[in-house]
Amino acid sequence: MAYPPREYLPGTPFGYPPPPDRPVQWYDEDAGPMVRPYALTKGRTRPGQPFDLIALVVTDIPDPTVLPVGPEQVAILEICRGNALSVAEIAADLDLPLGVVRVLLGDLLDGEHIRVSRPVPPALLPHEHILQEVIHGLRAL
Amino acid sequence: MGFAPSDSTDLALKILVAGGFGVGKTTLVGAVSEIKPLRTEEQLTAAGAQVDDLGGVERKTTTTVAMDFGRITIREGLSVYLFGTPGQDRFWFLWDELAQGALGAVVLADTRRLTDCFPAVDFFEHRGIPFVVAVNRFEGSRSFRPADVSRALDLDQATPVVLCDARERASGKDVLISLVEHAGKVHAARVLAQARS
Repeated sequence: MAYPPREYLPGTPFGYPPPPDRPVQWYDEDAGPMVRPYALTKGRTRPGQPFDLIALVVTDIPDPTVLPVGPEQVAILEICRGNALSVAEIAADLDLPLGVVRVLLGDLLDGEHIRVSRPVPPALLPHEHILQEVIHGLRAL
Repeated sequence: MGFAPSDSTDLALKILVAGGFGVGKTTLVGAVSEIKPLRTEEQLTAAGAQVDDLGGVERKTTTTVAMDFGRITIREGLSVYLFGTPGQDRFWFLWDELAQGALGAVVLADTRRLTDCFPAVDFFEHRGIPFVVAVNRFEGSRSFRPADVSRALDLDQATPVVLCDARERASGKDVLISLVEHAGKVHAARVLAQARS
């Protein structure tokens, strides 16, 4: 079983070689996640603000890697750049639990790195034409 | 940056797909949208603790719940999100959050096990969330008329009952269209009632 060598390789991230094409499987799913999900959030389980599942997140930060944020937050900023994604999509795309994503988004919002649009409650939907549009859109699928 | 006013250009609508275990929720969501599994890490409730065998893992206080989830892009800036509700009863507490601000719900029913969808029907009725009942026609199941199903479920007369084949995209689309039409009527009636009072 080949395991990446530990010696420093210049020009590679963190001095480690790129991961092998097929990840080396030295643990199985029974072991549970290698890092407990909320370790990514430093143990915090509640964001400062509630994030609806379908609240849309967008950013226009060109290079998130220069920000003082963690790799998961960089990943969030990268998938939401110029492309509004719902909180649920972010969690699904990054394969992170919703609660974790919400805390990470709370940090990004506090740092003013993202814009979040609250979903419109159906009772306040701006007129019937939106629903008509949805119906036409569904027909055309 | 920050919370944008609600008149921003991007609009998202939420539709829930509920029903008993194995009734075809995943199939329906997958037939009309690109499906993605969504994980939530939830606190184990006292109710769940009785169901989940925690022997040997007494310190485990959270559990992972998977939900199906799909997006239909109507146009740029207008999307419909579908959420398949977790089928197991012990994840009911997740429904409240899912239901918040939902445009409406599809309750999938299997006529061989109609009682399985009672809890979902109760849930949406109590919260005043518009819903349609979609009878998924399984092979080997007797065909019932929508009116029979409506009577068996003791539905409000205005609640549509439609027959569907959850595997067929066209059929799934029709179910969603009937829900959006119904939700539009319900909301319009509410706005009217509010204006009068």
